[in-house]
Amino acid sequence: MAKTKEMTNNNLLEVKDLKISFKTDEGIITAVDGIKFSVKRGQTLGIVGESGSGKSVSTWSIMRLLPKNSIIDKKSSIKFQQKSGKVVEITKFKSNSRELREIRGGEVALIFQEPMSSFSPVYTIGNQIMEAVLQHRDVTKEEAQEIAIDMLDRVGISNPAQRFKQYPFELSGGMRQRAMIAVALSMNPSLLIADEPTTSLDVTIQAQILELMNELQEELGMSIIFITHNLGVIAQVADEIEVMYLGKILERGTTNDIIHEPQHPYTQALLKAIPRLDTIGERLTAISGDIPSPLSRPIGCPFYTRCEKVMPGICDVKMPEPTQLSDTHTVYCFLYEEKNV
Amino acid sequence: MSDTLLEIKDLKVYFPIRRKNLFSGVTQYVKAVDGVSFHIEKGETLGLVGESGSGKTTVGRSILRAIEPTAGKVTFNVDGETIDLSTLLDKELRVFRKNMQLIFQDPYSSLNPRMTVRDIIAEPIVAQKLAKGDEVDERVREAAALCKLNLEFLRRFPHAFSGGQRQRIGIARALVSRPQFIVCDESVSALDVSIQAEILNLLMDLQKEFGFTFLFIAHDLSVVAHISKRVAVMYLGQLVELAPTEDLFYTPKHPYTEALMSAIPEVDPNQEMNPVNLSGEIPSPINPPSGCRFHTRCPYVQDICKTDEPKWEEIEEKHFVTCHFANTLTLKGAKMPPSVDAA
Ligand SMILES: Nc1ncnc2c1ncn2[C@@H]1O[C@H](COP(=O)(O)OP(=O)(O)OP(=O)(O)O)[C@@H](O)[C@H]1O
Ligand SMILES: Nc1ncnc2c1ncn2[C@@H]1O[C@H](COP(=O)(O)OP(=O)(O)O)[C@@H](O)[C@H]1O
Ligand code: SF4
Ligand code: SF4
Ligand SMILES: [Mg+2]
Ligand SMILES: [Mg+2]
Repeated sequence: MAKTKEMTNNNLLEVKDLKISFKTDEGIITAVDGIKFSVKRGQTLGIVGESGSGKSVSTWSIMRLLPKNSIIDKKSSIKFQQKSGKVVEITKFKSNSRELREIRGGEVALIFQEPMSSFSPVYTIGNQIMEAVLQHRDVTKEEAQEIAIDMLDRVGISNPAQRFKQYPFELSGGMRQRAMIAVALSMNPSLLIADEPTTSLDVTIQAQILELMNELQEELGMSIIFITHNLGVIAQVADEIEVMYLGKILERGTTNDIIHEPQHPYTQALLKAIPRLDTIGERLTAISGDIPSPLSRPIGCPFYTRCEKVMPGICDVKMPEPTQLSDTHTVYCFLYEEKNV
Repeated sequence: MSDTLLEIKDLKVYFPIRRKNLFSGVTQYVKAVDGVSFHIEKGETLGLVGESGSGKTTVGRSILRAIEPTAGKVTFNVDGETIDLSTLLDKELRVFRKNMQLIFQDPYSSLNPRMTVRDIIAEPIVAQKLAKGDEVDERVREAAALCKLNLEFLRRFPHAFSGGQRQRIGIARALVSRPQFIVCDESVSALDVSIQAEILNLLMDLQKEFGFTFLFIAHDLSVVAHISKRVAVMYLGQLVELAPTEDLFYTPKHPYTEALMSAIPEVDPNQEMNPVNLSGEIPSPINPPSGCRFHTRCPYVQDICKTDEPKWEEIEEKHFVTCHFANTLTLKGAKMPPSVDAA
């Protein structure tokens, strides 16, 4: 069969059968276990899930930024359409190859939680943005400086020409996060991966950063993968949401599908566990039990050890197949599988 | 005021800062806490919110005397007696400490990996010589049981536990000295949603059963709303507003509180966030602005705000605020979330 090099549905990214494991002293840990997802042009895909569910591993793999002890399974596919229109298979690239540098440079950019550690303390903010611009664009030093100052201005940093000369420690947490966005955007990426970009920030600053990202997306038309465990944040920024648990995707749909009509028992339980302003003082609905260790992943549905609706003999035998509830809404749960037939 | 457990009056904590320039005469101070007063009733949870660096942790730690306050008074009413902590001798303070405990933020780094769970939980009563021999084990088992920790776990080391279990160990450790007052400083912030719910439930259950009094510090406003009876808002080392939870959230009287409420991300894609845009940056606590400390960022600022400091006033019953225009401004509160259908 001839490989199709085309993308369906205006997709920028198509990930299939992605499986990523780690070699550790205690054995092989499968962090991401055969997942499938795609990102449309100009849209934001939100990924939610508890700590250790595989959000970072699955998305950092798009830039092949995984630790040395990681193994990407041979069947995995990450197809990405470059600006030139060419569709490339990222899993096939050799580490340190020119193709990979191209992806990391002008095509896909990453911002993450700790902006302090992403800047070198010994160079000015401006210097570091300029460096990024010079590496990824064919411009002179003067032009790079202009672009850098313009970027700082774009991300809402006042007195950009003066800030340009300051060191990272002279900026507040919110400013550093903005500066990190400026660095990422100065590469003019078509896909921005934002891994918990606001988790350590105060609510007022978080709100500003979210607004900024929405604005910039409209202006520049880039796609965003937004990772968070805050359901309020995801509801505000995402067009589509996928819910991850122990290396699997359990449910996927439009933001409305997931927030207003969640079907998977895990998604429903998560939404009920959030403290809400209309239930002040009431007991919360916790999910019983702990997340199993990735070393002893349950066979079958990964949620069965904590699921209220578990069907013994079914759920603990094999992983449920995807059930398409609508054009946009997919769930992986045996409660829905029979309705499929 | 018989039901007041704890009272703080005009608390100030200034940290001297070292200067590179040895020849400049004046020492400068970070005014981390600059005149804070409030009380907490027995069995109540008081929430404390505010931007990072506003002084929340410093307030908590100076109540516990982990930091020596620069000025101000902290008094406890215990067993019918009013005790001013600053007058206690070191030895007396050590004995008094059993009444107050701290639950740490990060369950991962706050537990010593080389101690068994039993030794971790026992530490406060062993260190303060509150119990010996079999009584130690008895009290450890009691505290562990309250936190629904499997007694099997006591012999193990903390690395084997999940985040939720580690936070339970941290809570058991805080309860073992049978304190009356507990400071929770970002105690659930690092936890996942489902585990956070479980720990909040546990704290609420323990309070109902044993009447613990909590000072609950967190940056997640919905979490604070959930557990607190009253909430105080801090800005640059001072309180700007304090009120019963629902009043504070739905009818805030201070422009800074309004900005905080407008920034709560709604779990609903159809409700657009309309965050109040605070201009400028948080000023330095070394040289706080004149007049009202919030004036450099306040959308409602007037000339008087730049020169005159507003007073801490009770403008409605139990509703305190510092703003010249608290009575005339019409501010927006948090949005009521849409009802969820019971799934
Ligand atoms: N270098 C590594 N070696 C071994 N295991 C790893 C490594 N990196 C990640 N893992 C494991 O892979 C799984 C997924 O990790 P990942 O960082 O993607 O989670 P996450 O969903 O991003 O969580 P968080 O919300 O905490 O950021 C976890 O079980 C984690 O312990
Ligand atoms: N030991 C210290 N020395 C100097 N400054 C400090 C010290 N501890 C806290 N601060 C400063 O005091 C202010 C309040 O800090 P903190 O109480 O930790 O705030 P919060 O808990 O609200 O984030 C900040 O400006 C902080 O940098
Ligand atoms: S497959 Fe079974 S265990 Fe898994 S979520 Fe559905 S009902 Fe629960
Ligand atoms: S006193 Fe003035 S500056 Fe301060 S909060 Fe009130 S209106 Fe704003
Ligand atoms: Mg992560
Ligand atoms: Mg703090």
